Amino acid sequence: MTTVEKPQYRVIGTRPIRPDGVEKVTGKALYGADVRLPGMVYGKILRSPYAHARILRIDTSEAEKAPGVLAVITHADLPVAADRVEELGESAVNVKEVSENILASSKVLYRGHAVAAVAATSPHLAEDALARIRVEYEPLPPVLDVLDAMREDAPLLDERRRTRTLMTGELSEKPSNVASYNRFQGGDVEAAFAEADVVVEREFRTKMVHQGYIEPQNATANWNADGTLTIWTSTQGAFAVRNLVAEVLKKPIAQVKVVPMEIGGGFGGKIPIYLDPVAALLSKKSGRPVKIVMSRTEVFEATGPTSGTVIRVKASARGDRLTAVQATLIYEAGAFPGSSVGAGSMTMLAPYDVPNFDIHAYDVVVNKPKTAAYRAPGAPAAAFAIESIIDELARHQKVDPLVFRKVNSARKGTKMVNGIAFPRIGHEECVEAALSSDHYRSPIEGPYRGRGVASGYWFNGGMQSSVLVAVNTDGSVNLIEGSTDIGGTRASLAMQLAETLGIPYEDIRPSVVDTDSIGHNDVTGGSRTTFATGMAVYEAGMAIRREMVARAAKLWGLPEDDVEYDAGIVRSKKDGRQFTFKEIAAQSARTGGPITGKASLVARGVGGAYGTHIVDVEVDPETGKVTILRYTAVQDVGTAIHPSYVEGQIQGGVVQGIGWALNEEYVFDDEGRMLNASFLDYRMPTALDVPMIDTILVEVPNPGHPYGVRGVGEVPIVPPLAAIANAIYDATGHRFTELPMSPTRIVQALNGLA
Amino acid sequence: MKRTRVQARINGEDRDFLCEPRQSLLEVLREELGLTGSKEGCNNGNCGACSIIMNGRLVNACCVLGVEAEGADITTIEGIARGDRLHPLQQAFLEEAALQCGICTPGFIVSARALLDREPDADEHRIRFWLSGNLCRCTGYDKIIRAVQRAATRLQEAQA
Repeated sequence: MTTVEKPQYRVIGTRPIRPDGVEKVTGKALYGADVRLPGMVYGKILRSPYAHARILRIDTSEAEKAPGVLAVITHADLPVAADRVEELGESAVNVKEVSENILASSKVLYRGHAVAAVAATSPHLAEDALARIRVEYEPLPPVLDVLDAMREDAPLLDERRRTRTLMTGELSEKPSNVASYNRFQGGDVEAAFAEADVVVEREFRTKMVHQGYIEPQNATANWNADGTLTIWTSTQGAFAVRNLVAEVLKKPIAQVKVVPMEIGGGFGGKIPIYLDPVAALLSKKSGRPVKIVMSRTEVFEATGPTSGTVIRVKASARGDRLTAVQATLIYEAGAFPGSSVGAGSMTMLAPYDVPNFDIHAYDVVVNKPKTAAYRAPGAPAAAFAIESIIDELARHQKVDPLVFRKVNSARKGTKMVNGIAFPRIGHEECVEAALSSDHYRSPIEGPYRGRGVASGYWFNGGMQSSVLVAVNTDGSVNLIEGSTDIGGTRASLAMQLAETLGIPYEDIRPSVVDTDSIGHNDVTGGSRTTFATGMAVYEAGMAIRREMVARAAKLWGLPEDDVEYDAGIVRSKKDGRQFTFKEIAAQSARTGGPITGKASLVARGVGGAYGTHIVDVEVDPETGKVTILRYTAVQDVGTAIHPSYVEGQIQGGVVQGIGWALNEEYVFDDEGRMLNASFLDYRMPTALDVPMIDTILVEVPNPGHPYGVRGVGEVPIVPPLAAIANAIYDATGHRFTELPMSPTRIVQALNGLA
Repeated sequence: MKRTRVQARINGEDRDFLCEPRQSLLEVLREELGLTGSKEGCNNGNCGACSIIMNGRLVNACCVLGVEAEGADITTIEGIARGDRLHPLQQAFLEEAALQCGICTPGFIVSARALLDREPDADEHRIRFWLSGNLCRCTGYDKIIRAVQRAATRLQEAQA
């Protein structure tokens, strides 16, 4: 581990066992699908077989009479939604479009779009009843490719949609499938191209891919006769679910309680709502609690994967300098606007100081599922394009690809494409650590073997957090929080509180509670929880410290200024008398009552983060199989609170990136039917497909956080696509510009068939 | 639909239950018997989240019918620990931070237990091969493999 300017900590940087660990290794932890309530029945959803069609008529009468059926609903059961935008924290959604996505009204926009739902006494009876719902469709030509969708004569998904130019807010005159256009510009790219030693221009394509969390979406709802509603669900943001359900169902927010169950992975895909309002309406109609769990096919076809993309890049170098980049990014939004093209266009050049740039970004609707966030949404595809081009430029200029990245690295003060200057960042440190790593200094030899490198950036998020800390009379502490724990944040938050209070980690019991029990927390997304909720934990801990000082001062009859708090001890500065944390806690009833601390904040001081990856591959020219021989991921993690879970985030992100690079893709037929909607055919990496993933944690503390925390979860998926493509080029001499680099594509390319 | 009575030994306890012929063993375990530690990730045998040991064989509970469990001896994740004493695999998963969201963890632990029962000295490649029927999307497998290796070493030390 490389350490830069790091203070001595007692708890931070250690590797304790996570508080929720035992429940999870013994099978006792309760996830969304494990919910079981008295009188509970089961919901199932009827989905469109067409990618694009008008709904002419829905007849549910036969289904209503089917055995075991208690309720049937369609879009007609949803209140008329407001045509307005709701902020979800990391993203914004149009409520009307959310409502249309939950149950289609007049048109289905992708295969798998929900059209009706049934509640019955068993999941099998509910499924039987779905077959009795008669839907009359008028099929329309589907629009499946972004370039086709952008044509003037393309069939329109929504005749009212016009292109919004984001710089000016202007709307196009003609309706279009292009939902938005944006442009970032600086310097003079044409002049730079004219003066360059080399200009490279290429078009890159990536396919729609899925987050692939192992736990399907689920929701259980209980609607009471007084209108109050409780929802148990697996979500990255219980408060986002609550607010959006309240909005869609037109209820006061306080009447909706969301109980966050353990969550079986999300990666951004469990921010949107799909099932919650449906379960709620089925519960309202049936008078029973209703549970809905998606099948894996539904997860693929009807939740939000990330965009397929077309990215054109033209870039130039002079000497060892990257002089200009011109890029056009076109991202699939899916059935409704809102792809990740914005983040793609803004992260693309973030590792570099590029004097001349011109970036165009298009958000385009197509007849595919509405895309959702997926780990550093938008950034990996953009990095695949630019980092491949940079590899080419560096090779042409005969400069080591890491040295080229170091020379051109962004630093504190470098301006991002939006004109804002970076605070202290650690890209250069990552490249340096990669250059001096054992991996990079080891030779790679042999036929069809090669090495590639790439860098990547993610902004990370701040947003709103709220925590409560209660000190018990035995000195143990309850940490009450509302941020979904998706991979170890109970541990990373409890560790920060232990550090702040100077007490053992084991004395703190963290709980993630429901939306009635704590103030608002934005979603666990944007790699924000350890950073932002950690900041709230620090603030609440400081409030406890001040309270402890006040209690001791009272007991000693001293002014508070004469008492100090140091590492779990309250001490008189006058005479050295002291109380331990436990001793003050024990006297709380006599000194003013329970000792609690709370903090609610919007976290400022977000620290963006970088990664630089090195990968060695071997390509089998006969079968097209790419074997990952060795992988090292270097990342600026700010401060690693719990290094094991930081490494785990990096390793997991890398392996998702390996899957994206080599195998994963949505395969559609001409009618927009997904042909590989199962884990057998949508091929995610298994344990046998990958080696150990080495990590090098660079710690450049974020000056905006009391413990220097930067988000760590998203960055690691950004570099692998390009790093692997660059390694395959090194191994074969073929430059792949289309993902995935599957065995078929490799064999075709190496045999000149592509 | 007619329900059939089935008797089986589950985690050392004799259980009997009624089930429809179309119910999978996974559904029976989770919905009828309250054993929700086995998870449903795909319901077609591709993710391994519902791994159980049935008559000494590792199987996906989603690919077995409830009625097929008649007379079977079954171990699920709930039967891996002894009271509050964790199995070395469970302890190693905690120490190695071999889980993030934890949804695949029961399947991995049951699957790894089936491996170490028959091949206590399995090497890294063998462990990776054996566990390739269990999908994890969070960890990249690195720490899971290390946890299984650590547990294998401990189990062998305990035997010696």
